[in-house]
Amino acid sequence: MTQGLDQIFVTLQHWAVSHSPAAVQPAVSILLPVVGILIAFPALFAITTVLERKGLARIQNRYGPNRVGPFGLLQPMADAVKSLTKEDLVPRSADKLVHFLAPLLLVAAVFVEYAVVPVGRNMVLADMDCGVLFFFAAGAATEMSVFMAGWSSRNKYSLLGAMRAVAQMISYEAPLILSSIAVVMAAGSLSTVTIVEKQAGYSGFWPHWYVLTPWGLAGFVLFMIAATAESNRSPFDLPEGESEIIAGYLTEYSGFKFALFFLGEYLGMFAISALGITLFLGGWAAPFSFLTWVPSWIWFFGKLLVLIAVFIWVRGTLPRLRMDQLMNFAWKFMLPMTLMVIFSAGLWRFLPSGVLRWLICAAPIALLYVVLGRVLQTDRKIEKRVYRYAE
Amino acid sequence: MTAPFVILAILAIAGATAAMTLRKLVHCALALAVCFVGLAGLYLNLNAQFVGLVQILVYVGAVVILIVFAILLTRHDELPAQTSRTRIAGLGVSALVFALLAWAVTAGGAKFGAAGTQPEAAIKDIGSALMQRYVLPLEVVGLLLTAALIGAVVIAMEEKKSK
Repeated sequence: MTQGLDQIFVTLQHWAVSHSPAAVQPAVSILLPVVGILIAFPALFAITTVLERKGLARIQNRYGPNRVGPFGLLQPMADAVKSLTKEDLVPRSADKLVHFLAPLLLVAAVFVEYAVVPVGRNMVLADMDCGVLFFFAAGAATEMSVFMAGWSSRNKYSLLGAMRAVAQMISYEAPLILSSIAVVMAAGSLSTVTIVEKQAGYSGFWPHWYVLTPWGLAGFVLFMIAATAESNRSPFDLPEGESEIIAGYLTEYSGFKFALFFLGEYLGMFAISALGITLFLGGWAAPFSFLTWVPSWIWFFGKLLVLIAVFIWVRGTLPRLRMDQLMNFAWKFMLPMTLMVIFSAGLWRFLPSGVLRWLICAAPIALLYVVLGRVLQTDRKIEKRVYRYAE
Repeated sequence: MTAPFVILAILAIAGATAAMTLRKLVHCALALAVCFVGLAGLYLNLNAQFVGLVQILVYVGAVVILIVFAILLTRHDELPAQTSRTRIAGLGVSALVFALLAWAVTAGGAKFGAAGTQPEAAIKDIGSALMQRYVLPLEVVGLLLTAALIGAVVIAMEEKKSK
């Protein structure tokens, strides 16, 4: 029974393939998982928009959407109808073709990333030899689309937003990739499926996830910080800083193109969280050995929802960074820390297991954290703020 | 000449042609990105996964973005229609380069034999080759690039201070 429920989507796919004419069987077996991805993640997007607005509202001590349907749960429908019926405005001096292509490129590139994400046991679209590399290569196209959106709008705010976004995404891509290299080293493979398999098994009831090692924990935290910056979410939402540059590269977008950008950004956030789950949180594996009877895909989406909740929580809690703080943080703190995580992962690989290994591997990371904190504080003078014009 | 090859080759050539002929510099950069994607597709079509994906990651994700930044940070007025005086020489040089490459490809193909054995370079083999046999060249290249990076930062910083 549990076995059947675990593999229900795989069984369904096999059934559909075997009941279709022989000529279209290869096409059906490829297209069905694609359709699954195209349904599951946008549905998750719809749920997340409500959860985010509700959650932020609770944090800010107000009700949030509560008019459409029970508890405001049908709000995404209303949003979809609204964005579909809105007029699609394109500025007269805009570069029409590039302006049109930018949201499409973003959504297409983000959907491609899902090809290598294992969402359950035997549930991955493409088990590639270079799965992690494929994910980051597909992510490179999102930077292009953001730039295209900002440049083609012919608007100073859009261009500023795009420049900020691209600079930020390039800066945080380095720690993002470097922190996943630690996992790739430990697993000895770039394939997402193999990485999940390497984290299988339990000691007692405790899983062998990489997040439960000292370097894995530090790597996971760094990965999620970089992922927040990469998906342009608060506190790294400078590209859309509405108090400074209106809405950044989204300023000249309206109607359904704006909705596509919205969809692309949320799907990008889900995709990068899914990669974080695959790399550090054991993919679709159950957190305790006595919970393995719960279907694997439930665990995957459960972990995804938890990470989304953390994203919403962080957004409601932290104020926006300044541009120089953002860059200093990426290059002076994140980059050395990720390099130390790689070093620690190497130590972990060659030391015999035991309590001592824990201490030896945690020590360099903790030491660097303290040293960086001290050194980066020294040249910053905190003095009384002088207002030149407002005195 | 399979169908994927033809499609990807057309994509790459069309991108390259557009990058040369379009009037706006940003359009040229975007067309160049299309060309790089076509090339990456060709590599993937040859079962060279690593090279193909790195081609996208580095060339589309970094090089084109860098070009675009350079265009935006420098002055770029609408270029007047102009014809280069060294046009003939340029044509001659490019024809020579093309001839050399074509000769190398055809002669090399005859030497190594274009037989059906497709070399499979797994990513693991590439990694161990880089880390064992070619570790010294790799380190030298790394040192050189780091020096270039730091040098660029130093030059940029000094300019700012002297103001």
